[in-house]
Amino acid sequence: MRRFSAFAIAREALRHHEGWGRTWAKRPPKARYDVVIVGAGGHGLATAHYLGKNFGITNVAILEKGWLGGGNTGRNTTIIRSNYLQDPSAALYEKARSLYETMSQDLNYNVMFSPRGVIMLAQTHHEVRGYKRTAHANSLQGVQTEWIGPERVKELCPIMNIEGPRYPVLGGLWQARGGTARHDAVAWAYARACTDMGMDILQTCEVTGIRRDGGRVTGVETNLGEIGCDKLGIVVAGHSGVLAEMAGFRLPLESVALQALVSEPIKPCMDVVVMANTVHGYMSQSDKGEMVIGGGTDGYNNYTQRGSFHHIEETLRALVETFPMISRLKMLRQWGGIVDVTGDRSPILSKTPVEGVFINCGWGTGGFKAIPGSGWGMAELMAKGHSPLTEAFGLERFREGRFIDESVAAGVAH
Amino acid sequence: MLLLTCPNCGLTVEETELAPGGEAHLTRFGPASGDAEFEAYLFLRDNAKGVHFERWCHAYGCGKWFLAARDTATLQVFGTYSAQTKEPPAEILESIAKGRAT
Ligand SMILES: Cc1cc2nc3c(=O)[nH]c(=O)nc-3n(C[C@H](O)[C@H](O)[C@H](O)COP(=O)(O)OP(=O)(O)OC[C@H]3O[C@@H](n4cnc5c(N)ncnc54)[C@H](O)[C@@H]3O)c2cc1C
Ligand SMILES: [Zn+2]
Repeated sequence: MRRFSAFAIAREALRHHEGWGRTWAKRPPKARYDVVIVGAGGHGLATAHYLGKNFGITNVAILEKGWLGGGNTGRNTTIIRSNYLQDPSAALYEKARSLYETMSQDLNYNVMFSPRGVIMLAQTHHEVRGYKRTAHANSLQGVQTEWIGPERVKELCPIMNIEGPRYPVLGGLWQARGGTARHDAVAWAYARACTDMGMDILQTCEVTGIRRDGGRVTGVETNLGEIGCDKLGIVVAGHSGVLAEMAGFRLPLESVALQALVSEPIKPCMDVVVMANTVHGYMSQSDKGEMVIGGGTDGYNNYTQRGSFHHIEETLRALVETFPMISRLKMLRQWGGIVDVTGDRSPILSKTPVEGVFINCGWGTGGFKAIPGSGWGMAELMAKGHSPLTEAFGLERFREGRFIDESVAAGVAH
Repeated sequence: MLLLTCPNCGLTVEETELAPGGEAHLTRFGPASGDAEFEAYLFLRDNAKGVHFERWCHAYGCGKWFLAARDTATLQVFGTYSAQTKEPPAEILESIAKGRAT
């Protein structure tokens, strides 16, 4: 793989940019792999990457029914934070956040990680108590967050109206080291690193069946034929239930639509990410100047990547009250993704009833921020059979009543 | 915008008038049941990509619950029916068979 550098740009400029190679290789599938990963979103690609990098397992294929990064990874609003309440979540999301800090250097690919800071607004007394509690929990967990008052919120984000008539801003939970990154670049960076280790990335390859022999996985059926494997990782977000059905088990989750939208580009006016969970809306400004906006999920099961318009209306109504200056902005694009929401709003990184099959799902509305940490833990789980990062996130927790309840934090997309 | 007909009051209403209630026809387990049964009742879902039987409440109308058959991959609605049933009635199954064939 050619390294990217300032020198490389100069060199290629002199050659009319004809010397850049492909970012990832296109090869036909082999008959068998040690590990097959279903789903080339961020989590699947990161899992494959750390299998190779941390455990030397490189006979790996990543199968994707559409195009690489075309699922939720390419549809999300890229908020990165780790200010969760429960210890297992804080450990996993903080691992991910810290890996984001050095991702561009580690993968030699600019993922545009921008630690601009994230404020979660408290607009009810219940939220004030909740976020103060989270700030205390985070300081015990070694996650740097801080409770701030309304004046500081206004200082960090002057375009905000903190004296709204219905939900005045009472303060916020501030994570200075949270921020955003370029979603596509994260997928492309991992894909490039995987291909460099000799792994195969097969796009337009849809898994249609899972082959088993005496309770053990032997391979998958796809539109490109059968592909054998020793171990199978299912990392398909909204389609987890479909793949679980192929393997003969059920999951504690449901697939619903989550939407986002962006405005026309405007001059820089906001250099932090603001989330307002009470009113179900959040906003940040992209490097292009667009205001990136998201809200809550639809309430009913849906696989169509389209959501209901009234949810967008609700989100915008709330945000116009919080940010009056956006009232005359035109919206440019709006889209949806299918998110996999579990009973306790925490993800699942787990073995399954089928030997050799592992599953990574349930990230719901907030898994972009977790991609590197999830891949790190999932790779260890698949290579060694256990991982301290993923231990608490097993499927059995729903039967045993050991929930990792983050539902307060995940009522809204993030 | 999703439109459903409430079989309780007969009105055809927009989804803003309705509250979704998740998968229908779940077996409800009581205190004497085992962990696996509770898990199935409380958490495990078919989450079908295709025909889905589900609960809805006519929240901003008559306030009563009913059930609907809907395709989660196309958003096609096959019909709504009473919540006092253990399984989808014959005419709903017929409407699904017809609707999916075309
Ligand atoms: C509108 C929106 C906003 C969001 N905002 C944020 C945010 O601000 N911050 C945050 O942290 N998270 C956010 N999220 C959540 C985040 O996007 C997801 O949790 C994360 O991207 C999931 O990554 P993934 O790799 O698990 O899934 P995906 O990126 O969806 O990848 C799964 C892949 O599996 C493939 N697949 C499915 N079935 C098959 C099959 N049978 N065979 C082969 N391949 C298959 C799909 O095509 C897909 O590409 C948001 C999500 C949405 C929809
Ligand atoms: Zn009614």
